Amino acid sequence: MATVECISSPEDLEKFRQEIKAKREPSKLSVSVCVSTGCVALGGLGVMQAFKAELDKQGLKDKVELKETGCLGFCEQGPRVTIYPEEICYLRVQPEDVSEIVSKTILEKQVVERLLYKDRASGRTAQKLEDIPFYKYQLRLLLGDNAKIDPKNIDDYIVLGGYDALAKSLFKMTPEQVIEEIKRANLRGRGGGGFPTGSKWETTRGAPGEPKYVVVNCDQGDPGAFMDRSLMEGNPHSVLEGLIIGGYAIGAHEGFVYVREEYPIAVENISVAIKQAEQYGLLGENIMGSGFDFRVKVHRGAGAFVSGESSALMTAIEGKVGEPRPKYVHTAVKGIWDKPSCLNNDKTWATVPLIILRGAEWFKRIGTKGSSGTMIFSLVGKVNNTGLVEVPMGITLRDLIYKIGGGIRAGKKFKAVQTGGPSGGLIPEEYLDLPVDFDELAKVGSMMGSGGMVVMDEDTCMVDTAKYFVDFLLEESCGKCIPCREGLRALSKILNDICEGKGKDEDLKTTEDIAETMRDASLCALGQTAANPVLSSMKYFRDEWEQHIGYKCCSAGACKALTNYYIDPKKCQACLFCLKECPVGAVQGGKNQVHWVDQAKCVKCGTCYEVCNFNAVKKLSAEPIPPPPTKGTKPIRKRK
Amino acid sequence: MEKVITLKIDDKEIKAQEGTTILEAAKQAGIKIPTLCHLEGLEPYGACRICSVEIERRGKSRVVAACCYPAEENLKVVTRSPKIDKIRKTIIELAASTAGEDVAGEMRALASEYHANLSRFRTGVPNEPTKCILCGICVRRCTEATWDSAIGFIGRGANRRIVLFPEKAGTCVICNYCQHVCPTGRITSIGPDPPFPHVDEVLSGRK
Repeated sequence: MATVECISSPEDLEKFRQEIKAKREPSKLSVSVCVSTGCVALGGLGVMQAFKAELDKQGLKDKVELKETGCLGFCEQGPRVTIYPEEICYLRVQPEDVSEIVSKTILEKQVVERLLYKDRASGRTAQKLEDIPFYKYQLRLLLGDNAKIDPKNIDDYIVLGGYDALAKSLFKMTPEQVIEEIKRANLRGRGGGGFPTGSKWETTRGAPGEPKYVVVNCDQGDPGAFMDRSLMEGNPHSVLEGLIIGGYAIGAHEGFVYVREEYPIAVENISVAIKQAEQYGLLGENIMGSGFDFRVKVHRGAGAFVSGESSALMTAIEGKVGEPRPKYVHTAVKGIWDKPSCLNNDKTWATVPLIILRGAEWFKRIGTKGSSGTMIFSLVGKVNNTGLVEVPMGITLRDLIYKIGGGIRAGKKFKAVQTGGPSGGLIPEEYLDLPVDFDELAKVGSMMGSGGMVVMDEDTCMVDTAKYFVDFLLEESCGKCIPCREGLRALSKILNDICEGKGKDEDLKTTEDIAETMRDASLCALGQTAANPVLSSMKYFRDEWEQHIGYKCCSAGACKALTNYYIDPKKCQACLFCLKECPVGAVQGGKNQVHWVDQAKCVKCGTCYEVCNFNAVKKLSAEPIPPPPTKGTKPIRKRK
Repeated sequence: MEKVITLKIDDKEIKAQEGTTILEAAKQAGIKIPTLCHLEGLEPYGACRICSVEIERRGKSRVVAACCYPAEENLKVVTRSPKIDKIRKTIIELAASTAGEDVAGEMRALASEYHANLSRFRTGVPNEPTKCILCGICVRRCTEATWDSAIGFIGRGANRRIVLFPEKAGTCVICNYCQHVCPTGRITSIGPDPPFPHVDEVLSGRK
């Protein structure tokens, strides 16, 4: 970060930007290493260290710029390293690969083929990010700059046009015009509710009471979703700039960023960003000489899922236990300390500068009529390519899962996709061509949520899945209102019974009674939507429920109590794989002897099923287990 | 001077001050909406959801808690319908899953009125009945009376319960503020029965 006098006008900002640009040669080699959560977990910091040491050793320290950057979403392929200006993208890089990258790519301009992305189907490699199928169909408005930005260096953000939108808002637009622009863009809340952002801002601006607050929600706690933290980790200034613009439009002089304590990189990066913006005069008193004052505090959340709910989050900011309160009067009117408070998800805030700079018309051209812009999904589960994908609204589930996700793993059959986090619905195959936006998902009993997308294959049991989410929400419910607290407790009991083969005929009716009461009468959105996975599972996969209850059969073989593992002696090649991997020694047989499962010892962990390369391990449910083969039976060898 | 608004509750035209809740407006008109966690003089809490009513607004019908929802001009409210009765019955049955069949007071009366089967969800619940539905009236009354509550909530979700803070127990027994307001009859003139566990007993896992 350069030392700088306070930026005291938009002209100053532009002058400063040109100064940074002049100092940076566009042709200079630059190595960008991802140090966001996913890549760090896979060894990204080690790679970073190795680069530092290697560049030092080769005397390239001044010739090559080394940059710690944020997440690009393809975390399963991490750690990711990108070499500029050629934009060569290396995946799954380990510290021992670094010297080869330096000597080959940096010194000799050659590509290290083995570290490039290799397509599973075609075997082709891809050098640039946009050539990788996972990225080809994405439109990365929010996450796109992450590879070019060191989140701890405000200069990187400014060079790319950062804080121009703020300058434009403060000097060329009135607060009303800013709100009007957001309204015209039809921006809807990215946290899941899809409430029109512009209208919410207008409500808070018009609500009686001072001071007013603006708040960033970065409390994402859904299992399997991590886009909010990735955005905050990778590009905190985009969120901050959006927040300041929102503060100006709404008439707030104080903002809060609510981040989970469990996201240490996000907490650190936004804190650094705030400090740097203050030093530059882009935050604090008299921003850029405009006369507008604005301050931001980071509030670290103690990690309760329910605190992502707006009224609970605001109660937590007040220093109390994060419990929802009745909000028939919206938090936009009566929020933190009963003052008008405008809460938006960090993705919503980060979208604001883009709209201000490029205009509402540009934004509206992206996405569908009812839902403009892009959405970041966390595509996980049984797909080949998992990670964060940013796509225009309206893309079909099929394109998301098959084109970007590369289809279902191991050639299995698709069964369902769950959107919207733990309280989203399960969507069956017949709706795969559904365009994904706020309204279409609601029509089939699910929701956008904050963008979780869990893909399930034929081995997933839909009753077991409903049970999983009910148990998750039972842990996370605050326990204040009866329908949610006791409803989830009762549902959990019933679902656990059904999965253990103790289901009764009346359970279906009872489940519906509870689910409907929870939906209609719960205090907050957590309870109101908690029954979604149960209701949608019952609606679209009723046959599975009936099988579980009536025949004690789990056709997916996922419910342990209803499933037995059996090795087909005709298919077993006696490879010893499952025999060695079985954690309890239940697989019997030996070298050149057909294997079999000792049912008395088996704990049904499914390891044998997972490791078998010959499709010999079967899951049996509600059918008799054939007796084991006679001792010493030789395998029937497959012809090569 | 507060504005007077007109709304319809159970087809009856009612005038109410702006800012009153549906529950208060109904009460003034002599229409009874059942409550368990509401007590006049305390801030609306919205936890028991027994006061759920159906409202119609801009042609859309939805269920809201009457104790918190503000009365609005031209609002249409239905306080009894098959849907509402079923919600109330299910809520009482769910509440009894931990409170037990042996409840008294308002909850007992409502159980009879709505034909709730208090043992419907009791099967397979291992714990002793608590006789408590966590309505929080006692906790809120205590806070109000002592400014420093001798009892309070602990735990989240299914683990939520009320505990006694022993170091503050001295402030208890003086005001009797929590007595006779308990909707399940757990707190009588001899104190709560069963008694509230001490906070350290709960934290150490002994209770």
